Amino acid sequence: MQRIGVFVCWCGSNIAGTVDVKAVAEALKNEPGVVFSTDYQYMCSQAGQDIIKNAIKEHNLSGIVVCSCSPRMHEQTFRKTAQAAGLNPYMVEISNIREQCSWVHKDMEKGTEKAIILGKAAIAKVNLNAPLTPGESPVTKRALVIGGGIAGIQTALDIADAGFPVDIVETKPTIGGKMAQLDKTFPTLDCAACILTPKMVDAGQSDKIRIFSYSEVSQVKGFVGNFDVTIKKKARYVKEDLCTGCGLCTEKCPQKKVPNEFNLGMDNRRAIYIPFAQAVPKVATIDADYCTMLKSGKCGVCSKVCTAGAIDYTQKDEYIEEKYGAIVVATGYNPISMDKFDEYAYNQSKDVITSLEFERLTNAAGPTAGKLLRPSDNKHPHTIVFVQCVGSRCANCAEKGKEYCSKICCMYTAKHAMLTRDKYPDTDVYVFYIDVRTPGKSFDEFYRRAVEEYGVHYIKGMVGKIAPEGDVLKVQASDLINNKQIHIDADLVVLAAAIEPDKSARPLATMLTASMDTNDFFTEAHPKLRPVESPTAGVFLSGACQGPKDIPETVAQAGAAASKVIGLLAKDKLMGNPCVAHSNELMCNGCSSCERVCPYGAITYSDKEFRMPDRTVAIRRVASVNEAVCQGCGACTVACPSGAMDLKGFANNQIVAEVDAICK
Amino acid sequence: MQNKNSSLRDEIIRISGTNPRKCMLCGKCSATCPAFDGMDYAPHQFVNMIENGNIEPLLNSKSIYQCLSCFACLERCPRTVEPAKLIEAVRLSVIRKQGANHLKPDNIPALLDEDLPQQAIVSAMRKYNK
Repeated sequence: MQRIGVFVCWCGSNIAGTVDVKAVAEALKNEPGVVFSTDYQYMCSQAGQDIIKNAIKEHNLSGIVVCSCSPRMHEQTFRKTAQAAGLNPYMVEISNIREQCSWVHKDMEKGTEKAIILGKAAIAKVNLNAPLTPGESPVTKRALVIGGGIAGIQTALDIADAGFPVDIVETKPTIGGKMAQLDKTFPTLDCAACILTPKMVDAGQSDKIRIFSYSEVSQVKGFVGNFDVTIKKKARYVKEDLCTGCGLCTEKCPQKKVPNEFNLGMDNRRAIYIPFAQAVPKVATIDADYCTMLKSGKCGVCSKVCTAGAIDYTQKDEYIEEKYGAIVVATGYNPISMDKFDEYAYNQSKDVITSLEFERLTNAAGPTAGKLLRPSDNKHPHTIVFVQCVGSRCANCAEKGKEYCSKICCMYTAKHAMLTRDKYPDTDVYVFYIDVRTPGKSFDEFYRRAVEEYGVHYIKGMVGKIAPEGDVLKVQASDLINNKQIHIDADLVVLAAAIEPDKSARPLATMLTASMDTNDFFTEAHPKLRPVESPTAGVFLSGACQGPKDIPETVAQAGAAASKVIGLLAKDKLMGNPCVAHSNELMCNGCSSCERVCPYGAITYSDKEFRMPDRTVAIRRVASVNEAVCQGCGACTVACPSGAMDLKGFANNQIVAEVDAICK
Repeated sequence: MQNKNSSLRDEIIRISGTNPRKCMLCGKCSATCPAFDGMDYAPHQFVNMIENGNIEPLLNSKSIYQCLSCFACLERCPRTVEPAKLIEAVRLSVIRKQGANHLKPDNIPALLDEDLPQQAIVSAMRKYNK
């Protein structure tokens, strides 16, 4: 028989306001096994914990029940308290009489009655508890960063700086991400490439960082500290170790009509290409969809001009297996498709462009060498209309668009408008806005400068429709301050398209068993207090994969994610969770049901010898659980038809005892 | 203001089946409206005025007859407030008034016109003769 102590917490008035805590302590005194019962204002305080410690010693307790808040809040606290007093921490049960009782009830009598019942259930469970000892698992001291944009680069640099090896996996032929496509960055107007490329070079040259470019994560197994990851290196038909990045092949390739994705299709590249001059790694890639040699076997120009002999038309996709202790997701974002917004004529006119396309049009390395020329006729536009919130802030039931604010558009539009007026004072620039949102250091000052110093026309209202007519775009819009409908003949219209998580995020989340919200942004373990950790242990979040973010925020979060990774990799061993499944081999019938439902691959079957009656020996196929891999989800215990699988700490008989106590 | 006309406000919102509180004041409805020039109250004003119970001016406005029911505002509203439905609800609450007979049989001959389909007269009688 256990010797159980019961400790009822008031939580100030949080519990005591709706539950008669003294009555609860009194009622639970008479439960089987209970030898001590008391109440206190704040059990989690030092004084409260001392009451528990003293009681454990004085009454020689073998188990305790704390009637307080949710176990998510203070289970760890009270387990440590028990451990300090020499009790096994798994002999502690929390009865949640706050979130699930006092907070949801108004009637003191009913609240008290329910608190007593919840307390009885916990006591019934402790009576069946057994001391548990967590196992240990080693930590692989290497991190994986998925995504090589500014978020991934910064995280990798910070982890490498602490001395741990890091691998970056990037689907594109080069790291750099969206930031490499930008022209200037708000609010200080530094050139994006000037501040990004040194970091790319640092990442490329670091002896701690390996970059797998043109690669994808194809499989993830294992658990925190011990992930087994398969990386697919897509065939680029160029030997990375031999290519010098001279670029001769990209000038001689006869296939000139390939849409250049780096410039968002506004110009063409060759079938063999280096995305941009500062690419890291600076290695050519052959686009198999367009290469005539790969498609028909006739050409081979690039291999003839390559003095390094780097071209290899026979290259195949390669799979690399590597172990990691921690994984950082930094898959970033994309602007949404404008296909559903017919009213803005994006698909009808080349002169209706997105803001990211505008970045390329004003970038010195872009398709127009930095001259602002409109795509249809390469003429200088004199009237430019910017439309904000295209697809952002839509109702959740709307057929198109996203419910959230994309956060970055107000600032980059102010930047575009300001830079346009600065370079081309002969242009008229209109910005149609619903609200201008500038919460950030020096952000509002920046926006006001666009209005006050650069004479950008900010008009409160939305654009209703855009109709191409001749060589102008007829813009019809609201001016809500003047209560007018206004008509502008624009030469160029720029749409601030909403941003969404990269499409690769959803399948990746499935591989990582990391959770996502309805918009496919990764969910953080706690929205305020654990913003860079996924609820899945060992998986961390960096940048816009977690929510819309500008560069300063992304870099800050990238550093935060890195520090969490470093904290993990600095440990030699991780304490496991002892509440894992185990199989009673004598009851196991070898049906494999548990193996099939286990999401972590923790269950294996093997043939074992069993002693049978009359000194005979039988060989039976039975399940065994890898305790280091098991996460204690309990799926196998439900699937097992013979009741052989059970979960330590949450055993079937313990749960039934709890239910019995409630129903008594 | 809200109390003064709250029953009429609730009735109009009920008929329309929309929720004007979802409006984020973007003005895309009025930006998109092809009948804007003939209106004394613009579509976005309907949303705000109905929500605030300021409905009297709308009942007497030209706008409720200027609205083409083209549903452009409804289609493009990012918040699914759908002003066309609110305008229609105001229009209905005017023309459905008991005893207010807008079209008398005696007046019909004067309205007849070769190009006017007979169906239009019949439906006008149905609509207005209550």
